[in-house]
This record gives sequence, structure tokens and C-alpha cells, in this order.
Amino acid sequence: MNRKRLTFVFIFLIVLALAAGLFSYDPLWQKISHARPWKLGLDLAGGSFLTYEIDLSEVGASDRESVVRGLRDVIERRVNLFGVSEPRVYIEKSGEKSRLVVELAGIKDVTEAIRQIGETPFLDFREVKENGTSTPQFLKTELSGRYVRGASLGFDNLTGGSQVFLEFNDEGGKIFADLTEKNVGRPLAIFLDDELIEMPIVQEKISGGKAQITGRFTLDEARGIVERFNAGALPAPVKIVNQQTIGADFGSDALKKAIVAGIIGTIIVMIFMMLYYRGRGVIASIALLMYIAFVLAIFKIVPVTLTLAGIAGFILSIGMAVDANILVFERTKEELKKGLSRSSAVEEGFRRAWTSIRDSNVSTLITSAVLYYFTSSFVRGFALTLFIGVIVSMFSAITVTRTILRIFTKQ
Amino acid sequence: MIDVINKRKYFFGFSGTLVLVSLILILVFGLKQGIDLRGGTKWQVNFPQSELHEDDLRKVLSEANPTLDFSINNLGEKSFIIRLPDLSEEDHQKYLEALRGLGVVREENFSSIGPAVGSELRQKSLWALIFVMIGISLYVAWAFRKVSEPVKSWKYGVVTLVTLFHDVAIPTGLLAFLGHWLGVEIDTNFIVALLVVMGFSVHDTIVVFDRIRENLLLNRGRGLVLSQIINQSISETIARSINTSLTLILVLFAMLIFGPSSLFYFILTVLLGTVFGTYSSIFVASPLLYVWRGKGAV
Repeated sequence: MNRKRLTFVFIFLIVLALAAGLFSYDPLWQKISHARPWKLGLDLAGGSFLTYEIDLSEVGASDRESVVRGLRDVIERRVNLFGVSEPRVYIEKSGEKSRLVVELAGIKDVTEAIRQIGETPFLDFREVKENGTSTPQFLKTELSGRYVRGASLGFDNLTGGSQVFLEFNDEGGKIFADLTEKNVGRPLAIFLDDELIEMPIVQEKISGGKAQITGRFTLDEARGIVERFNAGALPAPVKIVNQQTIGADFGSDALKKAIVAGIIGTIIVMIFMMLYYRGRGVIASIALLMYIAFVLAIFKIVPVTLTLAGIAGFILSIGMAVDANILVFERTKEELKKGLSRSSAVEEGFRRAWTSIRDSNVSTLITSAVLYYFTSSFVRGFALTLFIGVIVSMFSAITVTRTILRIFTKQ
Repeated sequence: MIDVINKRKYFFGFSGTLVLVSLILILVFGLKQGIDLRGGTKWQVNFPQSELHEDDLRKVLSEANPTLDFSINNLGEKSFIIRLPDLSEEDHQKYLEALRGLGVVREENFSSIGPAVGSELRQKSLWALIFVMIGISLYVAWAFRKVSEPVKSWKYGVVTLVTLFHDVAIPTGLLAFLGHWLGVEIDTNFIVALLVVMGFSVHDTIVVFDRIRENLLLNRGRGLVLSQIINQSISETIARSINTSLTLILVLFAMLIFGPSSLFYFILTVLLGTVFGTYSSIFVASPLLYVWRGKGAV
């Protein structure tokens, strides 16, 4: 590479790093840095993680995927009513089991949220088998709330009591028709949240896809049920298995401490490099600062959701980012001892150190890939930041340092 | 020149003893699992307006449920950690109400994890450890495929595997000890720390192996003995092995002293693993390679 082109690359890298720095470091130029905000994980911003286990035992294997997807949509609609900014509802699969994770950032009243998510009507119809005793046996049927298209409020003409009218979708209407046909003259039980609501006797086959529940609802109860059905009935029952709530102060305190530790760590590493490697150490320190600017900008652009573990991973990568420089500088020293000229010693240093830099970084990449695929969402942040850190550090330690060294090495 | 090969018995003895002690500690004390691995509740509360003692909390919780199985740690600064079995939301509210009897309560952190989720995570973590160990060893064996004399390349892989085990066993032993004496728990963070240690500690091993590979190729046909080549390679690379680890150790110390308390044991595990990893790559991995050389090499 000739000198002119080298200077151009150098200026380009510096400008790029300055832009990345301005973009990441808040207090400098907010118009630019606020163009894209940081994405902080719940453990830093404060909020709640709720994990629900979905009971799919009553759902046929072929329907499972659509039921789970439907469930997510319904819960998402409910969660959106809480007025939380950017709630996230997603499915986590692990083997046969499906779990639903709800992330609510900055929510004030978690208890109320849990109540509203959990208190969803799970409606199902059951066949009744008389067995001579006073408590008949109930047989579950295929017909459940997932086939309900809509609900409306009504009143009994005779008693004036409240009623809930249900309208099934086409598939549900067909099942309902078959079910009523099979049970003419016999009772059919209606369960809401596993509680028997009523057990009317089927008079005839009902084929319009419409049903009514009379029960003994007060007006408010009936209205509540209708509203909940119209928001969407849960197609399968859910149970909360994991709850985590982090106070906002707690998270921001940890974040502040991690940032302070990161800054101190960076400064110590830079001092060490400058003391031990002198002039080259200064260049490595500049490359390190550029590395930090690049990685932070990438975190913002992607965007990577930063958790405390993720930030820890990034800070660790600062300690590793200079490793490649150390390997190159040591090699350069050796080549100088052999009697090579300064500039060719630098070139040889990079060339010969490359294999060990590559091999050792690949092993960290293997680690972060395994971490990403084998663990929960919390650890993923760590794996991702470590992965990005290693890739960018290879770039900064090789390309950036080499460019600067080439410019400042006397021919 | 440092003569690591001739003194290898001391290094093997030192490492062997440490690993053995660690394994005994793990077997005797067992590993105290955190709630994310076994299920349970960890609840951090803060009483901003009242000076309380653990016993005050103990009293109100026992009144709320006499059979409740729990433990309380005072974190200082008016914060406490309460550990309980995994809780339903109603029970959570019931105990929160009981704590409100003591003054204004701020919930800093509440996590309740079901036992099924815990055991699944435990299994996944074990698999992750195994995959990383095997993955790195296979990669090393592959990366050194071009050297076969006098040590076969797959042996580089197996030696790496042994070294990785060494680097992971020692911090785990220490955590078993800390778990017994201070109640330190092993959680997902700890597993992540072990995985990170494996990724890092192999860095130095690769640097030394890389130099051995280079010196073997340079001296091909010159009749230099393997023990000399290994000693020479270690001497040439020891400064950079220590320096690359030192930069990481400096950052880890900064994190340990100034970083958030919730990451303390995570950082401590990585720190220990890095120290032993650097040691093992110089004083264990290369001598092992020598011991396991092919027939005819000296």
C-alpha cells in the first residue's frame, strides 16, 4: 500500500471512530446520540419477566403450533392494555414444552398485571357421564374457548338474569353441532376456568354455531366475561412458572457501577500497554478506544439488548482486545532482534502472529456460539456481546493498529 | 532458558494436588445450587425508612406462615435477601403484606422459578460445558493438523481437553468450599463464567503450541530434541502469555472492586480460571505434550 492510500485509510478510520463515539457517548452531541436510544434489558431498566408454561395436553399434535401462536396473540393484546412501553411477548421452545415469556419494562403494579394475564377465561365444554352417584363424571371434549369468535351480553326473558351469548367460528360451530347431536336429551357441562358454570340439558342438535350460557351471573360478572372473551379467550390454559421483577433503582445502580468499573479497567489496561510497549503501546491504546467506540455503535445500531451480563461480557472483551496487539508487538520485537528493518519487522510481526491470534479467537467464538444456543435469554446477551467484541477486536487490533503502525514507522 | 520439562514432576504434582483437592471438596460439600438451577425464590427487599435486623423479618414471616422454610441474609444498607421455595403470586402478596408491617418496603428484585425450569437449565448447562470442551479440543486438533512429527495433532487436542478440565475444576472446587462456608450459590452466571474461562485459558495454550509448531518445522532434520524445543518455545512466549492474561486480569480486578455486587462471584470465577489457565498453559499443557510424545522422540 502506498503512503497516500495509507493516509486515506487512516483518516477514514479516525473519522469513522469519531462518528461512532459521538453516536454512542450521550453527553457530547445529543442530536446524534439520541437518534437511536440504547436498548436496556429488564435487569437494568427495571421491570418484570413472567414465564408461563402452556398446557398443551388437550391439544392435538398438529394444532399445537397454531394454538401457541394464538395464545401469544391473545396475551399480547391483553398486555398492550397495561400501557407499558414496548411490552414483549414471545414463545420459548424447549423440547416438547412451550413457554410464553412476557417482558414488561418499567411496570408499576406487577401484581395487577399478573392477575389480568392469568385471570383469562378458559372455557370448555364437557360431556356428562352419569355414574349413579351425585357427582357425575365429566369427559373433556374438543370444544373450548379457542373456537369462540365473539361474545355478547343478553338477558333472560323470563327471569331477567344476565346471559352470555357465544358465537363459534366455523370449525367450532361444527364441533358444537356434532356434540349436541350426540348428547340430545342429556346434559352438557360448561366449564369456565375449570369451574362448572352450568349443565343444561341438550334439547336438540344446534347447528348455527351459537350457544348461550345462563349460569347465575350478576350483570358485572357477565359483562366481564364478555369483555374477556372479546379480547380473546385463551386457547390453552397457562400457568406461571417463573417470575422475576427488578426495581428500577436496583438496575440503574448496577449499570452505573459496571460503567465505572469498565472505564477504570480500560484506563489501567492503557497505562499498562503504554508503560510496557511505549510508543507502540500508545498506538494500541488508540486502537482500544476506537474498538470501544465501534462496538458501542454496533450495539446501538443492531440493536443489542444490553443486560448486566452483556455489559460484563463487553468489559471482559476490552481486556482481551489488546491481546492481539501484545502478540504482534512481541513478535515484532523478536524480528527486530533478528536484524530486520523496522518496517519489515512490523510486517513480519503481523504475519507471524496471525495464526495464534486466529486460533485463540476462534476458541472464544466457539464458546459464545454454544452459550447462545444453549441458554436462556439472559445469557444470550452475554454471548452476543462477547461474539461481537471478538470479531470487532480482530478488526481493530489488526487493521487499525497495522494502518497506524505503517504510517508512523520510519522506513 | 526456563527448564519446564525437567521440572515437570513438580508442576504435575502441584496441579494434580489442586485438582484432587477440588474434586474432593466438590464430592464432600457438594455444590450449592442457586434458585435458577433448582427452582425457588430469591427476594431482595429494602426498607428505606427503618433500621431492621434479620430477626424482625424472620418474626413477621413466621407469623404469616409458621411452616414456611426460608433464610434471610442482611446485605447492609437496609437491604435483605430472602430465600424461599418457589412461590405462587398469592403467597408472594401475602408475605409482602406481612413485611409491610415493618415499614415501607421496596422490592428491589423478586425472582421465583419453578423446579422444572431449573432442572432443565441445569441439564442445558452441563451440555454446554461438554460441547465447549469438545468443540475447542477438536478445533485445536484441527488447527494443528499439519504437525504430526513427533507429536500427533490429535494429541494437541486431547492435551487441551485435559488442561481445560484442570482450569475449570479448580474454581469449581473453590466455589464448593465457599458454598459450604459462606453459602455462595452456583447459578447460571457461574456456568457462564466456566465457559468463558475455557475460551480464554485456551488462548495461552494456543500461543505456546503455535510456537512449538513453528520451532518443530524450523528444526526439522536438525536433530534437535523435543524437550529442548518445548523449553525454548515456552521461554520465547512466556512474556506474551503473561501479558495477554495480565490485561484481562487488570480489567477483572477493576470489575471486582468497582463493579456491581451481583457480578462479584462471576468475576471471581473468571479471575481464578484465568490465573490457573495461564499457569496450566505454560506449566501443564506443554510438559503433557512431551510426556505423550511419539515413540523414538527424545
